[in-house]
Amino acid sequence: MITATKPATVPLRFSLPIGGIAGASFKPEHLAAILEAAPQAGFFEVHAENYMGAGGAPHRALEAVRRDHPLSLHGVCMSIGGPQPLDKTHLARFRSLVARYQPALVSEHLAWSTHETSFFNDLLPLPYTEATLACVCDHIDEVQEAIRRPLLLENPSTYVTFRQSTMNETDFLRAITARTGCGLLLDVNNVFVSATNHGYSALDYLGDFPLAHVEEIHLAGHAEQADDDGNLLLIDSHDGPVADAVWKLYEIIVARRGPVPTLIEWDSKIPEWPVLRAEAAAAQAILDRCRTVTETDDRRAA
Amino acid sequence: MIAVRPEADLGFAAAFAPPLLDPARDAPTDVTGRNGKPAGRRYDVYRNNVTVSLIDALAAIYPAVQRITGTDFFRAMARFHVRNTLPISPLLFDYGRDFPDFVANYAHAKDMPWLADVARIERAWLDAYHAADALPLPPARLSAIALERLGDLVLTPHPAARIVRSQYAAVTIFAANRDSAPAARIDASTPEDALITRAEFEVVVRHLPPGGAVFAASLMSGEPLGVSAMAAFDASAEFDIAANIAGLIAAGAFTSIAFGDPA
Repeated sequence: MITATKPATVPLRFSLPIGGIAGASFKPEHLAAILEAAPQAGFFEVHAENYMGAGGAPHRALEAVRRDHPLSLHGVCMSIGGPQPLDKTHLARFRSLVARYQPALVSEHLAWSTHETSFFNDLLPLPYTEATLACVCDHIDEVQEAIRRPLLLENPSTYVTFRQSTMNETDFLRAITARTGCGLLLDVNNVFVSATNHGYSALDYLGDFPLAHVEEIHLAGHAEQADDDGNLLLIDSHDGPVADAVWKLYEIIVARRGPVPTLIEWDSKIPEWPVLRAEAAAAQAILDRCRTVTETDDRRAA
Repeated sequence: MIAVRPEADLGFAAAFAPPLLDPARDAPTDVTGRNGKPAGRRYDVYRNNVTVSLIDALAAIYPAVQRITGTDFFRAMARFHVRNTLPISPLLFDYGRDFPDFVANYAHAKDMPWLADVARIERAWLDAYHAADALPLPPARLSAIALERLGDLVLTPHPAARIVRSQYAAVTIFAANRDSAPAARIDASTPEDALITRAEFEVVVRHLPPGGAVFAASLMSGEPLGVSAMAAFDASAEFDIAANIAGLIAAGAFTSIAFGDPA
């Protein structure tokens, strides 16, 4: 006889769209400062893999933050862009986290990080072809089936391109959303980094981006290097404030797309909480300005 | 249904991955920089990301080892290990399980024979940190048990409890190097055994008394109290059963008690 086990009831909170609010990466060193202040209006995003341990302080910290704030669960290691089948154990862990914390947003990357049994701990690039498109779509179907909700897929920062690519990144992403129903996480810093590295216009890329599917935006800092020819090579380092040029692109996107949840990512050389909070407040100001403009337009139209 | 894909189109990862950890290999030929130029330093960004992030992961797991050796020594040692032993799990807190053995055999660390044991304590510390939550056994539970039944007592280990044995003063060296306070001179030649526990959320590393490690390891493997105490007496004539059992329970090393099968 097969007995179905009823899953534990999980309180569903903040499951509705959270709208145009800004958030910040949650870093455990900021926990005390965050809890001391009154609940923030914003949301917090965590890397899913950091909360895949069985118990202890990480889960206690996340529960404390989750109590008063919407949560965004950002997967870094699913290797959705890789040719090999997804790691079923990892997918099960991801699914459990989604069930346990009921995040407002769930996202992953258009990249790969595992080959055979080796995990490379980086977001590695893939060619854009019909074959890779089919493979990525199968993987997203599998994730969405497991978590029972749409996933947001993030555009990558890249440093190289593949000779075998037959379509550009925006067409590739558009085809993914059409086939899988997933949403997109538009990382504006990644757009700026890739456009600079490959020598195309970030604005043209964004003009071609399927903005209607964007449900979250990422902003982050980058670092500057040079390639073999002395061309500027930007590194997606997440170790400093958002660059002015990226803020500019962000304003343009928000004006076109309308307010969407926006995250300030900061993963290395992490500053005191007030510095990160101020970056999130700067994003919130842009979102609010856009909302005011939209409301004024609505009134005029009415 | 899983469709079969043309292998040529999906071989990109097999071509991209091998040079990531091998600086002697050229960048893959199917990736390019601007205008079809060889990828060169652009591919090196990925090599650097992989190696540096994994060295950083080891530094985060083994901060005392890094403080003892100094950053440059540690990062050179970690680089060798990363190149030989990539993670097999995307969970970085599971990485570096082979690192203590690697340290033990690392030629440049031969004059620090206790370094590998310090690493073993740090690895156990992180495992305790992430272990499942469980309520420790309340000390009063033991005093309620009739004396004649004590020998058959079996204790369930707490998910966070770990033991690390060392021929050196690894516990003292670990404790002196987990924070930034200046370390006093330590006689490294005194053997020390560590008990690592996490009763609630804070991981605590204790120095076990003589016979204590044999006793605790025996209990944690499911042997009854009587058998475990005999093993501990065999290991050390100084073994103090009352102090050891009270100490283990106070540390939160166990969650519940049962009685062994009398057969």
